[in-house]
Amino acid sequence: MFDVHEMEVNFGPQHPSTHGVLRVLLKIDGERIVDAKPIIGYLHRGTEKLFENMAYPQCIPHTDRMDYVASATNNLGFVEAVEKLMGVTGQIPKRAQLLRVILSELQRISSHLLWLATHAIDIGAMTPFFYCFREREQILDLFEEYCGARLTLNCMRIGGMPDDCTPEWLDNIAEFIGKFDAAVDEYESLLTNNRIWKRRTVGIGVLTPEDAIEWGVTGPPLRGSGVEWDLRRAQPYECYPELQFEIPIGKNGDTYDRYLVRMAEMRQSRWIIEQCLPLIKQTPAGDIKAKISRVIRPPEGEVYHSIESPKGELGYYIVSDGKTQNAYRCRVRPPSFVNLQALPAMAQGHLVSDLVALIGTIDIVLGEVDR
Amino acid sequence: MINPWMRFLVWPLVKFLIAFVIVQVIVAAMNWIERRLLGLIQARLGPNRAGQEFALFGKRMPIPWGLGQIIADPIKFLLKEDIVPSSAEKVAYFLGPMLPLIPAFLVFCLIPYGPPPSFVITHTNVGLLLILALTSTGVYGIILGGWASNNKYSLMGGLRSAAQMVSYEVPFGLSIVGVLMLCGSFDLVKIVEYQEMHVWNLFPQLVGAFIFLVAMNAENNRTPFDLPEAESELVAGYHTEYSAMKFAFFMLAEYSAMTVNCCLMVALFFGGWSIGIGGYGITTAGLQALGIWGGLLGAIIFITKVMFFMMVYIWFRATFPRFRFDQLMDLGWKWMIPLALANIFVTGIVVLALGEAKKNYYWGEIVMSVIGAATIALTLFLLFRGSRPAAAKVMHASRVSEA
Repeated sequence: MFDVHEMEVNFGPQHPSTHGVLRVLLKIDGERIVDAKPIIGYLHRGTEKLFENMAYPQCIPHTDRMDYVASATNNLGFVEAVEKLMGVTGQIPKRAQLLRVILSELQRISSHLLWLATHAIDIGAMTPFFYCFREREQILDLFEEYCGARLTLNCMRIGGMPDDCTPEWLDNIAEFIGKFDAAVDEYESLLTNNRIWKRRTVGIGVLTPEDAIEWGVTGPPLRGSGVEWDLRRAQPYECYPELQFEIPIGKNGDTYDRYLVRMAEMRQSRWIIEQCLPLIKQTPAGDIKAKISRVIRPPEGEVYHSIESPKGELGYYIVSDGKTQNAYRCRVRPPSFVNLQALPAMAQGHLVSDLVALIGTIDIVLGEVDR
Repeated sequence: MINPWMRFLVWPLVKFLIAFVIVQVIVAAMNWIERRLLGLIQARLGPNRAGQEFALFGKRMPIPWGLGQIIADPIKFLLKEDIVPSSAEKVAYFLGPMLPLIPAFLVFCLIPYGPPPSFVITHTNVGLLLILALTSTGVYGIILGGWASNNKYSLMGGLRSAAQMVSYEVPFGLSIVGVLMLCGSFDLVKIVEYQEMHVWNLFPQLVGAFIFLVAMNAENNRTPFDLPEAESELVAGYHTEYSAMKFAFFMLAEYSAMTVNCCLMVALFFGGWSIGIGGYGITTAGLQALGIWGGLLGAIIFITKVMFFMMVYIWFRATFPRFRFDQLMDLGWKWMIPLALANIFVTGIVVLALGEAKKNYYWGEIVMSVIGAATIALTLFLLFRGSRPAAAKVMHASRVSEA
């Protein structure tokens, strides 16, 4: 007589808070989630197959389109993987390395700002959205000043950087980061101690360190669970070993801790950029390219190289046959895709409203999940 | 005034129409005010263009500050295509937006906008009860509309709305009881007159006013209680499938209900059209002595106060995240209802102990003001006890590189 009737709801792909075209097949009992099954593939563009059919430098613009809110780090991962394959990693000039670090840390801030904006508006706080976009706009202006593009930057080359920066650009960055800490304080004043925000995030979607490692979760979700794993430290690349920064980690592995970790990471990125600015002024202007052949034809072999993208471990696995200018196979390990796998486990037993917070806290970009 | 037809039919009707038009203009203007004010808070502009190209008889007369938006929005709603889902329950789908509109409009003839007799449309001794009864029927339209749309998100929005209304109608009603005990009347005119002779009910009924403020937000499905139409969860909740004028009717009903609740707030706790204490200041008698101009002044005071509370709605919307459904129920049943009952209990004791004996409540009001202030101070203390500067709290553990 009183049999439980579960309702099936298609959460997405056309839904305001699935951050693109994620579809979650929900089984709900009232508002409680019995089962959540993410269904992906709506944005699949065959990027990995495309890489097999074009020369290595031509691939770089395509990496922009994977995690389209963090294209600088996508570029970085790819060019470093190819450089590693060619064995020229040590030849990259200091100035190019610093430029890469500045760009990728700016990109990390901008990606985290976008995450905070959408995460907050998913939980119902409207105002942080506009505040975050105010600062993100300034970062995009800085990108535009450097390479002419705001979103799909295409700002790195195998063996160095395409262009040198101007002293004015560095001054503009200094001006931006000078104000940025106050901006983060402003977001935190709206959210961190807000009781409604805390009730919506504390204890939601808890990932224990063991679970997080078993699911292969990386990036802020992993660090939110208290695991001190940051590829900038663990497998250093570029000039990160020379720079000081802290790795913020959480304690409880819930949505609130992941929020705190990302907020702290923005401040750390700001600090890293602050250290880079005097260093880059000491390097000779124009020294931004290693002396490598103009035709990129890596020797036969394979390489896996991963970097810490704003969302986690972004890895490129490239196989070269040594004869052509194309990769024989290029496989991308996107952090969003792997992190998204933990969603059903995290959503179990929570309410529909929490699912929205969980999708936000994983910080997915569907362009990267589906590639 | 001798002809009963004039007294009981024509004049009330005329007054109702005038009040109705003014209130509806306020409701329409709220759309613009809300967007502009949100823009101000959120570091952006809001609508500031509509009406720039306005011309009359070939003469260019630009409307300033984007005020043309007030007219442009209804025109847009009227001209949009009215889509009815093929699988919708047609009659209920049509009734959904209409039902909340009728009580929302009727209520406006029960609100005292200014000193009697000219600015009170219908003077009944149970005005407050009637208002409560009428406004609580507004939820039927939302449930009906949500169910009839034949959309799972709409249905969930309707269900949430029903549960929320049932839960918050209780503290909403209970928070008023303290005022009723003090003033001894359901008549809003008498309640206002009582306040100018004593003190604004806000002070002796601080807890009641606070509960009323929270409950009226919940009643109107406004942030942080906007779960029935939570955009990020339920797309648009109960009005997902509604378009054009039907959607506009939902909005109209919502903003009308907001206005009504603000009017109640002002009349019950903030002295209505008067600004007076202990019989001094701008009182009803003083306003009546000034004739029609005094009445107008009273109405302006009333509407100013109402607009202040409308701003509070918008301010809330810009500031707070949204509650989760179970937390909303938790807050309503576990905190607000016991608090409202305690408020009634304390008020009852004071009224019995001090009021019955001396027929004046001055001491009682002072006692209750102190108790209320202490309660609020305690709450604030409990709320902010744990808060430290944000930056110090962010990092649980970290490691600086050796470099």
